[in-house]
Amino acid sequence: MGKFLNALFIFCVCCGIVLLSGARAIATPFDLPDLPYSYNALEPHIDAETMQIHHDKHHAAYVNNLNKALEKYPAQQNKTLTELLSNLDQVPEDIRSAVRNNAGGHYNHSLFWTAMSPKGGGQPTGKLAEAINKSFGSFEKFQQAFEAGGASRFGSGWVWLVKVKSGDKPGVLTVTTTPNQDAPLSEGTPILGNDVWEHAYYLKYRNRRPEYLKAWWNVVNWPEISRRFAAAD
Amino acid sequence: MAYELPTLPYDRSALEPKISASTLDFHYGKHHAAYVTNFNNLVKDTPLDSLSLEEVIKTTYNDASKVGVFNNAAQAWNHTFYWNGIKPNGGGEPTGPLADKIVADFGSFDAFKTAFKQAGATQFGSGWAWLVLDNGTLKVTKTGNADNPIAHDQIPLLTMDVWEHAYYLDYQNRRPDYIDTFIESLINWDFVAEKFAAAHA
Repeated sequence: MGKFLNALFIFCVCCGIVLLSGARAIATPFDLPDLPYSYNALEPHIDAETMQIHHDKHHAAYVNNLNKALEKYPAQQNKTLTELLSNLDQVPEDIRSAVRNNAGGHYNHSLFWTAMSPKGGGQPTGKLAEAINKSFGSFEKFQQAFEAGGASRFGSGWVWLVKVKSGDKPGVLTVTTTPNQDAPLSEGTPILGNDVWEHAYYLKYRNRRPEYLKAWWNVVNWPEISRRFAAAD
Repeated sequence: MAYELPTLPYDRSALEPKISASTLDFHYGKHHAAYVTNFNNLVKDTPLDSLSLEEVIKTTYNDASKVGVFNNAAQAWNHTFYWNGIKPNGGGEPTGPLADKIVADFGSFDAFKTAFKQAGATQFGSGWAWLVLDNGTLKVTKTGNADNPIAHDQIPLLTMDVWEHAYYLDYQNRRPDYIDTFIESLINWDFVAEKFAAAHA
């Protein structure tokens, strides 16, 4: 009898999980990805409190608001983030700005967490290193351009390293910035982005954004950025 | 002629615990001060140096070659206006002609509060929520980054800073909590009434 009850219990729990995950897949086309490391893993460069609020509150809000915006448009729910963001004119007008902001926020932050690692820092190697040297002159010059971009973006936004769309300039890299949660998809494939919204650094660096931009190099996950560079067309 | 950072109209700890002294140290002492310094450096030895901040804001709005001047002039102006629009033990409700006008144009004081809250909460990214007079009608608006009603021929009466630096040390991501506190216990309605009266003078 005990065994039967146990089995019944396990059966019910499994059904519950299936039901829950099934319901979840229908109700929420997009999910908040887990952080690939603990909140304090990037200390002292990025503090645990910042990471926790940034991921669990800010990123989570973008995902929730995106799902909410898509609720009444099932056809939009099957699109990927890049499909939504690259073709905003095909998104119904009444949710266009919500999708631009929240799909952008979800896309940008998803790229952001995995661009960092507690074992980050140093310099890229191989083909990415060659492309950086070719496009900027040297790794140091690339860093200067990236920091200058991040410092000069007025208000909320992002600074990016983008692999320019192939065609006349295959493999060329450029530094660009975007306001708010806009993703730089029209220029090519973003392979590295740093968040310069104040929520990304204010608890630790206050008004000193340039200091944050400099410290951030210590956590950049270059093997992942190399992988993205190779995968981008 | 260099523009000077105006003195804060109260002590840096005067708005505690609604807005901390630490926030004012950075917000007034660093951010506002930096906009003033940047503005002075950008207009030094140029014809803009002899203009008032309001004139600079109107002249440089939408001029791609003067974005830096506009941003710093407008932010210098916006912050001074923001400090004056709040006070320790603020909040409550306006009285007199301003109160009548709010009821006439919004329906009720509560309807104004709802509109102002909504504007502040939905300004995506850095920016400001405003109560303005637009062609004689009171309106609630929101602007991004440094943008300012003066550039749009409106008369500002009250502003709320929703750049994250205005509230992040005290409220983190909870912007709606900051907005509620701002409306319920910080607004200096005497200042707003003064601006309203001046607009009609």
